[in-house]
Amino acid sequence: MSFPWARVYEPKLPLMRYLDEKLPLPRFVYNAVGAGYPVPRNLNYFWNFGVLAGFALVLQIVTGVVLAMHYAANASVAFNSVEHIMRDVNWGWALRYAHANGASFFFVVIYLHIFRGLFYSSYKAPREMIWLIGVVIFLLLMATAFMGYVLPWGQMSFWGAQVITGLFSAIPLVGEPLQVWLLGGFAPDNAALNRFFSLHYLLPFVIVGCVILHIWALHIPGSSNPTGVEVKSESDTVPFHPYYTAKDGFGLGVFLIIYCVITFFQPNALGHPDNYIPANPLSTPAHIVPEWYFWPFYAILRAFTADFILPAKLWGVLAMFSAILCWFFLPWLDKSPVRSGHYRPLFRKFFLFGLLPAMALLFYCGGAPAEEPFVMLSQLATAYYFLHFLVILPIVSSIERPEPLPYSITEAVLGEDKQAVLGENARPPL
Amino acid sequence: MATSTGTAESEALTADGMGAGEGVRRRDFIEIAAVSAAGVGGAAILIPLISQMAPSRDVLAESSTELDISAIEPGQAIKAVFRKQPLFVRNLTPQEMEQANAVPVSSLRDPESLADRTKEGHTNILVTMGVCTHLGCVPLGAGEGENRGEFGGYFCPCHGSSYDTAGRIRKGPAPANLVVPDYQFTTDTTIVIG
Repeated sequence: MSFPWARVYEPKLPLMRYLDEKLPLPRFVYNAVGAGYPVPRNLNYFWNFGVLAGFALVLQIVTGVVLAMHYAANASVAFNSVEHIMRDVNWGWALRYAHANGASFFFVVIYLHIFRGLFYSSYKAPREMIWLIGVVIFLLLMATAFMGYVLPWGQMSFWGAQVITGLFSAIPLVGEPLQVWLLGGFAPDNAALNRFFSLHYLLPFVIVGCVILHIWALHIPGSSNPTGVEVKSESDTVPFHPYYTAKDGFGLGVFLIIYCVITFFQPNALGHPDNYIPANPLSTPAHIVPEWYFWPFYAILRAFTADFILPAKLWGVLAMFSAILCWFFLPWLDKSPVRSGHYRPLFRKFFLFGLLPAMALLFYCGGAPAEEPFVMLSQLATAYYFLHFLVILPIVSSIERPEPLPYSITEAVLGEDKQAVLGENARPPL
Repeated sequence: MATSTGTAESEALTADGMGAGEGVRRRDFIEIAAVSAAGVGGAAILIPLISQMAPSRDVLAESSTELDISAIEPGQAIKAVFRKQPLFVRNLTPQEMEQANAVPVSSLRDPESLADRTKEGHTNILVTMGVCTHLGCVPLGAGEGENRGEFGGYFCPCHGSSYDTAGRIRKGPAPANLVVPDYQFTTDTTIVIG
């Protein structure tokens, strides 16, 4: 669906007309990311991160498929095959560093994309389904990234596999058999490595499928915007192409510059030196932490240190999973009819001075050693995290008095809607 | 376009940044420059993606093989491995060399003399790939008691190609003689292939 003023695809070349009759793929692309998709005219750069995440997904699939041509998923040779990629394969070092850092940058843009959604309440009706699919994509992404990190079969890979599958052993009754089943053994070994490789190759394509659903669901109500006011007329929108292809292109350029600087000059800055030691089932690294993008959730896991009705271990695991699962309920926890944080003074304070510092603290503590004061700090931050979503958000949304909203997007941009001629700027100058 | 300067262009611009009248507009320049840069960058990415499929350094490092041939008696052959492919080294008997030289070169499908296919001073040592030039099977005849075909050299069991004592194709579907790889005698009894 689209707005009634959306431009209609009109193939001019006979070949394109023929194709349009038989398989209207160009029409589909035109309506999805071309001039046929009207987008609010006031999107800021926070709206770049969806396209950047899509780019990162393609980047990971392309480099990953190529790496799989050289990698051997067998516990006896996996580590050496990664070194073979680094030393022998043409451009192998570049491809592996591009893939490893690509994962980090994928999470950077995904986190920014999610926090854009949290600040501008992009999860609210009529866009709940987009948000729900997005949370599913995030969960799939975490699973994929975790299994990918196991593949080099270094010390961090091995102990990461041990610890993360150990989370499932916290589940009462079925926990330990479940962990053994997941690993296909009593400790990570060939069986685990092989299935992780298989799933690491499969899940990205499941993510692609979910991304298609995500975008499909997005195109029904159309993109949200920084005012949170819905599109009213043609003067509120511009065609996606060329306006947002150009804006996203610029954002992509900035993204690629930062990505290339890290990939080519500091390729190991985001990894752990311990993972260049081959996996040793008899010795755990002194300071074992996951990759940085799991730190907030790892901090929540470690924040539970005392048994209370349930064992501390189970509390930690439940809290870690709940930290993401509670996002599924956000569209119904935040009942305010106003979307954008710009018009919600109380919400904005809690977001900027509550949620963001708590997340920053969790990020920091998740990477710090499991000792004081980091344990206490992560406990405080964890408490705030859950309070924010489960208590503060519902209360704020019912007591808050929002600031007046602009009448329309056009008014927000131009100051007045009356001056706007319908259709102005809706077509690119030729 | 490359010669148009910023000043010349900015004079032609109106307040909205659009060019007035004829000539190259600033926006055209930016568009072509941006799309070209993205296109060249995108194409450059193909270099590593294509190159990674070529033989890696460990494979290339196996591309030369040293062989001691002192133990091969006349009439015997050995199989070695060169680039993960079979290699035949055969010490020809005087009768076999005579047999090979007796054939008029011009009558052959792939005209080469025994001298062309061996090194000077070592015409009794025939070094060929053990790969049939038809479709890549390993011909018989290097091992003890194997079928050497009707010309006494090698016989490919896959599709019946027969090679003579100089490894030249004489009968069957193969188009060319068994390939003689690049090799050198480093001593009288040692060869380096590749």
